[in-house]
Amino acid sequence: MPVAELRDLERELHRFQLRVGFAGAVVLGAFALLFARFFYLQVVQHATYASRAEDNRIAIVPVAPNRGLIMDRNGVVLARNVSAYTLEIFPAKVDDLERTIRELGEVIEVQARDRSRFRKLLTDTKNADSLPIRTRLTDEEVARFAANRYRFPGVEIKARLFRQYPEGDTASHVLGHIGRVSVRDRERLEELGVEDEYHGTDFIGKAGIEASYQQELHGTAGIEQVEVDAGGRGLRTLARTPALPGNNLTLTLDVRLQQVAEAGFGARRGALVAIEPQTGAVLALVSKPNFDPNLFVDGIDSAQWDALNGSPDRPLTNRAIAGLYPPGSTFKPFMALAALELGKRTPRSTIFDPGYYVFGDRRFRDSKPGGHGTVDLYKSIVVSSDTFYYQLANDLGIDAIAGFMQQFGFGARTGIDLEGESAGVLPSPEWKMKRFRRPEQQKWYPGETISIGIGQGYNAYTPVQLALAVATLANQGAMRRPHLVGQIDNLRTGDRRAIDPALIRRLPLQREHLEFVTHAMAGVNKEGTGARVFSGAPYTSAGKTGTAQVVGMKQNEKYDERRVTERLRDHSLFIAFAPVENPRIALAVLVENGGFGARAAAPIARAVLDYYLLGKLPASMEKPAPVDESDELESD
Amino acid sequence: MELAPGSLRRVLGRLTDGIDAPLLTLALALAALGLATLYSASYEQPVRVLNQAANLAVALVAMWIVARIPPQALMRLAVPAYVVGLLLLVAVALFGDVVNGARRWLHVGVTRFQPSEMMKLALPLMLAWYFHRNEGALRLRDFTVAAVLLALPVALIARQPDLGTAVLVLAAGFYVIFLAGIGWRILLGVGVLGLAALAPLWGLMHDYQRRRIMTLLDPTQDPLGAGYHIIQSTIAVGSGGLGGKGWLHGTQTHLEFIPERHTDFIFAVFSEEFGLLGNCVLLVLYALLVARGLMIAANAASFFARLLAGSIALMFFTYAFVNMGMVSGILPVVGVPLPLVSYGGTALATLFVGLGIQMSIQRHRKLVQT
Repeated sequence: MPVAELRDLERELHRFQLRVGFAGAVVLGAFALLFARFFYLQVVQHATYASRAEDNRIAIVPVAPNRGLIMDRNGVVLARNVSAYTLEIFPAKVDDLERTIRELGEVIEVQARDRSRFRKLLTDTKNADSLPIRTRLTDEEVARFAANRYRFPGVEIKARLFRQYPEGDTASHVLGHIGRVSVRDRERLEELGVEDEYHGTDFIGKAGIEASYQQELHGTAGIEQVEVDAGGRGLRTLARTPALPGNNLTLTLDVRLQQVAEAGFGARRGALVAIEPQTGAVLALVSKPNFDPNLFVDGIDSAQWDALNGSPDRPLTNRAIAGLYPPGSTFKPFMALAALELGKRTPRSTIFDPGYYVFGDRRFRDSKPGGHGTVDLYKSIVVSSDTFYYQLANDLGIDAIAGFMQQFGFGARTGIDLEGESAGVLPSPEWKMKRFRRPEQQKWYPGETISIGIGQGYNAYTPVQLALAVATLANQGAMRRPHLVGQIDNLRTGDRRAIDPALIRRLPLQREHLEFVTHAMAGVNKEGTGARVFSGAPYTSAGKTGTAQVVGMKQNEKYDERRVTERLRDHSLFIAFAPVENPRIALAVLVENGGFGARAAAPIARAVLDYYLLGKLPASMEKPAPVDESDELESD
Repeated sequence: MELAPGSLRRVLGRLTDGIDAPLLTLALALAALGLATLYSASYEQPVRVLNQAANLAVALVAMWIVARIPPQALMRLAVPAYVVGLLLLVAVALFGDVVNGARRWLHVGVTRFQPSEMMKLALPLMLAWYFHRNEGALRLRDFTVAAVLLALPVALIARQPDLGTAVLVLAAGFYVIFLAGIGWRILLGVGVLGLAALAPLWGLMHDYQRRRIMTLLDPTQDPLGAGYHIIQSTIAVGSGGLGGKGWLHGTQTHLEFIPERHTDFIFAVFSEEFGLLGNCVLLVLYALLVARGLMIAANAASFFARLLAGSIALMFFTYAFVNMGMVSGILPVVGVPLPLVSYGGTALATLFVGLGIQMSIQRHRKLVQT
């Protein structure tokens, strides 16, 4: 081997060793850099990263409280909570909602209505965690989804409590319904300053008792600290502040009575309010047609919503508190009382009724052609003479009528514990002044007073106002605020709050005048317009029929029920209380376009009184006889 | 007992003959830490630990076999291995299977095979052979040839794309060239040229490619997408603190916040559960492993052996540094496993074969070249 080459080799070896040394230094330097980085992360920044790891791990989950139950006065459950599985999508965690929903459809049936409901929820509720695409899954569906869960990140099965109304559409306008918390609901909760109690709450009362007692029913949200994995799935609960359940409500309503009343209407539209005169407790409150509140529980789909909301029968309107109707002849007992109190008539004063009343150049028709002949105050109520009250109205004058009727609560909200009550119209010159713009419309014409006397004209009251007036009459002038909730139970503390019958006012009425009007109303059911319907009743009752015109008629036009279309037919009204000696129930019934009062409304009143006082069910509602041996033999 | 104690010792001696005790001890210590960490990371699939133990057994056998192949025989393998590896890479580019958007696998009978893995050793073998042939008279031309030999497989692998392996193969080749004694000025020149080439390259790229590179450099730009991995692994490392959360008690690990926690991100699991102290142990073990390798290189008998042993030692360093650097957030995320610790049989086998080569070189260090 040549020396030069050998020297080269030695130089190369030397160079190699230098390079190895250099590489070793680089390795040490690089590892020192790593150590510095570890030191920075694990010592200097440790607290930051430790808390970020905790934040990763622990999710604060609000726990919605159980909503309070609603029961009738006998403990029959009207609204409760049932547990059911829902399939929920977390929109924030899903990239392609449409695709996810389509693919879900391959695993679990997702109907068009589910899809449209989901879309509606998506637009209605902002920043909701999860929204249901399907509710009330069967066990089989739950199992099927569980097997395919890996395919659907951001979709989960949840066990949820659902509001359920076991009695279906019974008392739907009293109970109302719940619905998802909307953006507007959130704003209202923020105004009330209670939004903190609603973390995790998806549902809120939207109508009826569910809405007006929302705060009582709701309870307070709890908080859970849950350990979650990277997929957001809860693994175990680390700490818990339990939710406080809402209060239970016991209504004054008797749901069987309510059913009797509702059955009385059949397919007809109308309203009924029955009140216990001594307390103001509402025993039945009907608005027909009603609806099934269960439809709203998991979000109503748009087709059903349009059907309910767009129906000309307006099933979502609570006619009992928001419907305005002229009282017709049911106004007459109050007019008679006004006449006695104000000294314009005595029980003995009479008039002659030729079948019409002339005021200026106008002729006001009596509903009975030819008139009732000689009519005194008693007879004016029993046979319902219009002429008598045309004259009386003119004698009293509009200011006196309005002043007197105001005491009975006509034209003012009763303060019943439901939202959406209308005030109605108690006509007076002042009202007209405010109501109209043009000066010629603002003036009160004396001729307008005449039809006020028979409950027509501008008169417009809610059925609950009419019922309250009857109850006040039955209760010797002591007016109690009508209310639906009788008792509020706090399950947690065992605290039980009874709602006191609040006295609105005590009307300064003379006892003999009250007795006279009551006597005349009893006469209606014994020998007058209500006699046929109330024949054979084993209790005493006071009543008054009413027929309210829907359209004004020309002076000499004859009203022919058969020729007027159904919608333009008169409303049928009936007011009553019973027993006369010691009234336990007072009511007002209105059947829209029911025609003559004695025909449509009075039988409903009779059925309600029969059930409430005697426990007697109407024939249509008689339960099939309990199955005994003889029945079985027959059926064989 | 028929067998005398002496003969037993002799059998044992024959078995362990040529096995370098320090290298083996360090490697087994790292593999043991790996199994323990893997057990924690795969609490839901403990079978992974058994699989990895089996992989380890296979790798040890491979190491044992390679350790008894003399360097001269390895030298004869260099050209065929490189050529076959290159052909296989071309085959992958033409007929390879696509997995997760990358064409890396080749079907061989019933099993799939990643030719790029073999290049990790075939390339330094080839370069070491080439430089050895021209020993003592290395000129610029030789380094140019070496650069071409290096560039071919790296380009093919990077195209798959498999950035991690490309980086490792590039590093392995570069170490050979560096240790062979390439001039500093040339090195500097190539480095400057490379940097200068980046600018026009950036201009040629698509928007999405640029975005991808930006995320690679700054993961916080895409916290829910590509950056998620690195953010979560940084949290895991940082929350480990000085002493760690304890074995099997890493919340980031067990709540599945760490992606790829068996393979490329297993260091995050280790670091969360064993803390800075554990990391130091790991760093020391790797440093010793590399040091032992460099020592073997320094004492090797031939130029070929020196280059090969040195390159393999530095390859271990590259694996460890790139992996820990990326998991702790100072290097961009490329798919490089933590050597001897990450789950995976192929990488483990390659590493132990590398150790076997070093052992063989150490064993034959006294043979004077003729």
